[in-house]
Amino acid sequence: MAADTGSYINHHLTNAKMCMADGGVAFNHACENAGFWTLHVDTLGWSIALGLIFLLTFRSVAKKATTGVPGKLQCAVEMIIDFVDSSVKETFHGKNALIAPLSLTIFVWVLLMNAMDWVPVDWIPTIAGQIGALMGMDPHDVYIKSVPTTDMNMTFALSLGVFFLIIYYSIKVKGLGGFVKELTLQPFGHWAFIPVNFILESVTLLARPVSLALRLFGNLYAGELIFILIATIGLFQLPVHFLWAAFHLLVIPLQAFIFMMLTIVYLSLAHEDH
Amino acid sequence: MNINATLIGESIAFIVFVIFCMKFVWPPITAAIEERQKKIADGLAASDRAAKDLELAQENIAAKLKEAKAQAAEIIDGAKKRENQIIEEAAEKAQTERDKIIASGHAEIESERNRAREELRQQVAALAVSGAEKILERSIDDAAHSDILDKLVAEL
Repeated sequence: MAADTGSYINHHLTNAKMCMADGGVAFNHACENAGFWTLHVDTLGWSIALGLIFLLTFRSVAKKATTGVPGKLQCAVEMIIDFVDSSVKETFHGKNALIAPLSLTIFVWVLLMNAMDWVPVDWIPTIAGQIGALMGMDPHDVYIKSVPTTDMNMTFALSLGVFFLIIYYSIKVKGLGGFVKELTLQPFGHWAFIPVNFILESVTLLARPVSLALRLFGNLYAGELIFILIATIGLFQLPVHFLWAAFHLLVIPLQAFIFMMLTIVYLSLAHEDH
Repeated sequence: MNINATLIGESIAFIVFVIFCMKFVWPPITAAIEERQKKIADGLAASDRAAKDLELAQENIAAKLKEAKAQAAEIIDGAKKRENQIIEEAAEKAQTERDKIIASGHAEIESERNRAREELRQQVAALAVSGAEKILERSIDDAAHSDILDKLVAEL
């Protein structure tokens, strides 16, 4: 049983991989030595599908948006947009056409990806295994992880995007010299402290994308892991699973909100000239 | 650590999604929201204005009503005065008419009386003459004794 449980958990925590090997496309175990040039097709597939659901829903509302009495869907979309907009306006006081849509994309996309955590852990792998079996594969060799934010590639892609925007706006607003000054003349305003300042400020700067990505990843990965552990305890998993899923009513939106809020805070700090 | 090319794929997806959201999702929806907010604000302002107009109109109505009442009272007053005046005039006219009628009556009576008296006097004179004729058994020459007769008549 212990070995079974271990392989069950491992199976659930393994991404579906795709790579180029031997001149053709290879999957999963064949990719173990492919190194960097491996794609997690499940992460990519789910995240892009969820992103498209988000964007196409919002786009259809945007196309039909009426200034008169809005429909229910438009009301819901407008509530989300208003929420994001007020969060941005509370923190960021400049004029920037990017930050608000960026925050909206991050919030809704991360929320949807996190929400995949609510889907019982066995459903999607089992269905995928059955489909794989129909296609002539061993069901145990079909991997699928349906929560994209439990994949560090996903969370780092988001946080590195934010990181590059931080650097871009820092340089754009303060100029390259201003940005370098910020890195070297703070917190101690004396030339002798330049190396110390640089180390401190670089750590501060680099800690931002790392903490953003790892916070989201860690919360969701741990949550997913505990869902999987709960799924191994037999019949009692039902009430326990319910409790853990109810707890995720807090975790899932909260993590999406924190990611969005920190993005806004970091970008408004990047706009501040000292 | 399990970082691989998925990172690049997700980064591309992220960038594309953000650009799509920035170009095609965010502006139309916020524009619609702002437009509606403006509409609602305008509507509220219009209703405020209408309420103020109503108040003004009511004030106007009250003022007009007061004025109309004052005018009506004035007209009624005038009418009463005129009535009194007409009555007075009529009474005065009636009085003068009466006085005239009475005066003419008196005059008529007077002239009637004078006439009757004259007639009576004539008749008395004639009677006296005939009486005297009878007494004297002779005729009195009218012409010769007219002075006596006249004296007599004047004495009556």
